[in-house]
Amino acid sequence: MRKLQESDIPAVRLYPLGDAAVVVHFGDVIGEETHRQVRAFVAYLAKHPFEGLVEYVPAFTTVTVFYDPWRISRKGDLNPYTKVTGFLQRMLPYAVGDGKEQAPRLVEIPVLYGGEAGPDLPFVAELNGLREEEVIALHSGQVYLVCMIGFAPGFPYLAGLNPKIAAPRRESPRPEVPAGSVGIGGIQTGIYPLPIPGGWQLIGRTPVSLFNPDSTSPSLLQAGDRVRFVPIAEGEFYERKELRHEP
Amino acid sequence: MSLNFISPGLLTTIQDLGRHGFRKAGVSVSGAMDPFALRVANLLVGNEEGEAGIEITLKGPKIFFTERRLIAITGADLSPALNGQPVKGWRPLLVPEGSILEFGSPMSGCRAYIAVAGGFDLPSVMGSNATFLRAGIGGLNGRALQLGDSIPCRPLPAKMEAFLRSLTRAQLEQPGAQTNWSVDLSLHVAYHEPQQIRVIKGPEYQLFSEQSQQDFWGMAYQVTAQSDRMGYHLLGTRLALAAPADMVSSAVTFGTVQVPPEGSPIVLMADHQTTGGYPRFAQVVSADFPKLAQLVPRHKVLFKEVTLEEAQALYIIQEQNIEKLRGGLHFKTHI
Repeated sequence: MRKLQESDIPAVRLYPLGDAAVVVHFGDVIGEETHRQVRAFVAYLAKHPFEGLVEYVPAFTTVTVFYDPWRISRKGDLNPYTKVTGFLQRMLPYAVGDGKEQAPRLVEIPVLYGGEAGPDLPFVAELNGLREEEVIALHSGQVYLVCMIGFAPGFPYLAGLNPKIAAPRRESPRPEVPAGSVGIGGIQTGIYPLPIPGGWQLIGRTPVSLFNPDSTSPSLLQAGDRVRFVPIAEGEFYERKELRHEP
Repeated sequence: MSLNFISPGLLTTIQDLGRHGFRKAGVSVSGAMDPFALRVANLLVGNEEGEAGIEITLKGPKIFFTERRLIAITGADLSPALNGQPVKGWRPLLVPEGSILEFGSPMSGCRAYIAVAGGFDLPSVMGSNATFLRAGIGGLNGRALQLGDSIPCRPLPAKMEAFLRSLTRAQLEQPGAQTNWSVDLSLHVAYHEPQQIRVIKGPEYQLFSEQSQQDFWGMAYQVTAQSDRMGYHLLGTRLALAAPADMVSSAVTFGTVQVPPEGSPIVLMADHQTTGGYPRFAQVVSADFPKLAQLVPRHKVLFKEVTLEEAQALYIIQEQNIEKLRGGLHFKTHI
């Protein structure tokens, strides 16, 4: 892997999140370039973990690195934060990717749009001056980027929604959204993996389970994946309902 | 051998030290709200400190023991009684076969832990027995314990036999033998209010108005009844940003003090969501999680600023204390 020159390295800020985590901050702009930096850093960290590393969470523009100050202090260093930021700083020049990363995985998510499965489809259509079929065509005609997994187990934050079908969050959230519900919140779209409270406008539902605690990889989607929604009919929804994801 | 629940209590769950490595999949760490108390309970019965125990909240359960078993109760004092006789916490306790353990009024704190020698015979989910209620995973079928539940226990570890024999002799004189020694009281935190909770300034602290910054340190906040294993909602001076800021969602953790637009701070607890988009005003130091876990709704809390270096020193002191305790117990119990 080529080591980059000082001038190639983007301005990255490191700051603490409490006494057992460091945030590696790649900027405030959500976009492909920042996302690529986040992915490259996570890939490097996964291959080169340091002693005392607990886990890491990639997000839109940050990677938060959790560590155990006790395990790090055992090595005779009484300032674990300084030591960890030192590790991470030294990684940064290498953790930029080499342009030869594998092509992202494209995951197709079957969706039954409208009706009981998507009670807010008429609202989203009317708000944007479209017919329901047009909303479905615009929502499923796009390849989305999984920016991060958060909020709830397996919940993907997807970028790439066509602004023509954007819709504000509900005035008050539903106390329980059915698992598999596909929603729109502002210019974001996402899928509720579990029956949890939620304020997004629900336009459909997928029979695929996004979170499977028995799987070696419990979240169907990972940050960096691409997603395409594929409209399906009610019959297929129930046929596929029993399917569990297992990569 | 099993523990049978005659009544479940208010919120009784199986917890260990949490489910690590899955935050990137959106899975909360969960685990004990007061990890220090659970670790000590386990050490007192010869378990690994990360073994699963029972977390009890305010109103304790009533448990029937099908066989004799060594246990320890730590954390809050919820007036435990064995076969009607009050028993003390923070020490090993031998429970005879057919006993009933129950709890009374909360005397201090709100979360108590029971560790059972040998631990529970439950399937682990993603490497942990911690109950994560919102996802319905871990513990016993992913839920709080209910009337009629039975938790199977693994056999007693052979290394505890000698210790058990010494207690059995004492038991001839009293039902439910307890040691006359306990964990050094100075090691575990006092659970009385008003509590002072130490925090580090959070990543977005500087974005708040000067008035809000001053108010936070000077005034007491009250824990509201809305508080649960996910987070504590605080009532007191509202905090405001100096100027509207557009936040990009990022990771949050146990002890993160985040401030939603209406201004009342929320302290994230064991079952917190993995990421959040609200500004992070402060971060509670790990060494004060036990104090935080024991706060009861309506309790008052004052925040005190420490530096990151001080917070990490407190963390290291707490771990050293656990190591000392492990050594001391080794001596006492011949483990």
